Amino acid sequence: MAERRYTKTHEWVAVDGKRATIGITDFAQSQLGDVVFLELPSVGRKLAERETFGVIESVKAASDLYAPVAGRITEVNDKLSAKPELINSDPYGEGWILKLDLAGDLPSALLDEAGYKKVTEEAAS
Amino acid sequence: MVDFGGWEMPQQYTSIRDEHFAVRQVAGLFDVSHMGRFAIVADAPNDFLQRLVTNDISRLEDGDAQYNLLLNREGGIVDDLVVYRERGGFFVVVNASNREKDLEWFRSHSTPDVEVHDFTLDRGLIAFQGPRAQELLPCDDDLDAIPYFGFARGKVAGVPAVISRTGYTGEDGFELVIDSDRLGEVWDAILDHGRSAGVLPAGLGARDATRLEAALRLWGNDMDETVNPYEAGLGWTVKLGKGDFIGRSELEKVKAEGARRQLVGLKMQPGDIARHGAGVSAGGRRIGVITSGTHSFFLGFPIALAMVEARSLQVGDRAAVEVRGREAPAEVVKLPFYRGSARSLSDKKESRHG
Repeated sequence: MAERRYTKTHEWVAVDGKRATIGITDFAQSQLGDVVFLELPSVGRKLAERETFGVIESVKAASDLYAPVAGRITEVNDKLSAKPELINSDPYGEGWILKLDLAGDLPSALLDEAGYKKVTEEAAS
Repeated sequence: MVDFGGWEMPQQYTSIRDEHFAVRQVAGLFDVSHMGRFAIVADAPNDFLQRLVTNDISRLEDGDAQYNLLLNREGGIVDDLVVYRERGGFFVVVNASNREKDLEWFRSHSTPDVEVHDFTLDRGLIAFQGPRAQELLPCDDDLDAIPYFGFARGKVAGVPAVISRTGYTGEDGFELVIDSDRLGEVWDAILDHGRSAGVLPAGLGARDATRLEAALRLWGNDMDETVNPYEAGLGWTVKLGKGDFIGRSELEKVKAEGARRQLVGLKMQPGDIARHGAGVSAGGRRIGVITSGTHSFFLGFPIALAMVEARSLQVGDRAAVEVRGREAPAEVVKLPFYRGSARSLSDKKESRHG
């Protein structure tokens, strides 16, 4: 799997050529608590960078999901409808949310591991 | 960790889901030391308390506990609490968020012979709740001798404790009052003793889910100073015939005219979690708001309590709730959503608060 990049709103994206996989971070799932439901878009939809593409419901709250990159959705993780808890147990693996065909370059605002770690440390303090 | 009435408390120790199932199927251990505990010392404590609470405490004998409400003059609920009678005197357990307010309430209504002592910090409170709680409690005392809403002094894991068969989950179980400096010892002993059976420490998330399934009201969500007991469905705690108490004259009027609102239970579709404050409508007309809502991992669907216009909904009716900017379908269901192992919840119609 390619190196992960992160957003300040706690999504991650891993890019392999023109194919991007996105999800929410381990920090995000730990803050949300047990996830009970995801409202997700359909394959084929085009997302702009920072566009809201869905909602994640945890026991604590409903939170919007933002596209970390622009692109067209090629795959939605079907397993999440029956097992939303995969987001909690394996946020970077089986708990992935969407796959996209990238449109354009990666946004420069994406953070690397160290940059994102700083964001979470600030959020936790 | 989250802030709860000024106390730092865990939403979950491991997972709300696992903790919730442990409470329903085995037993879970909650640290509820945040709840306020006061001793009431007076020449005639009976007379003093009887004027402040809605239920009839003259019915209590030593070793009895009773669910109660404090009302303001308008009949609104200042707090809900459990009153315990011991050696002719009383102690009470109140909500953490209302501890200072309640202490002031008791003191401002007291006569010179009354002393209200806040022992919240001196003695902690833990709750061991679940269908196997009695079997799994490390205790050599005769627990069968303690009825539902009864309590006794004994020892848990060798440490002196007040052992009360009360709780806030709908399950059988015990609340234990223990000196704060030995509370950790008992906490560890209960978890060690029950670990192989599946006992887990349980946080606020599991506490809220289990109390909501059991339809136990939460002060600040389902009721407050603007809600009267009949609206909250707690009319059974009000004994108008016992003599005067604060709020009584207003409640007599409400009873004569009928309550203007009612608390109802709603079952939602998977994924539609109704949140506190969300609008509720029926037949295209707004009739009330959600007071509490969560996803019940145990039942497999989201549940909610709603405060709606009186007689606007009955069991089996359909309603709509605002969820994520749309109208989500809801069905009115009978309360409680789930009846656990608590011994005579239905017979005595006694239940406990948060």
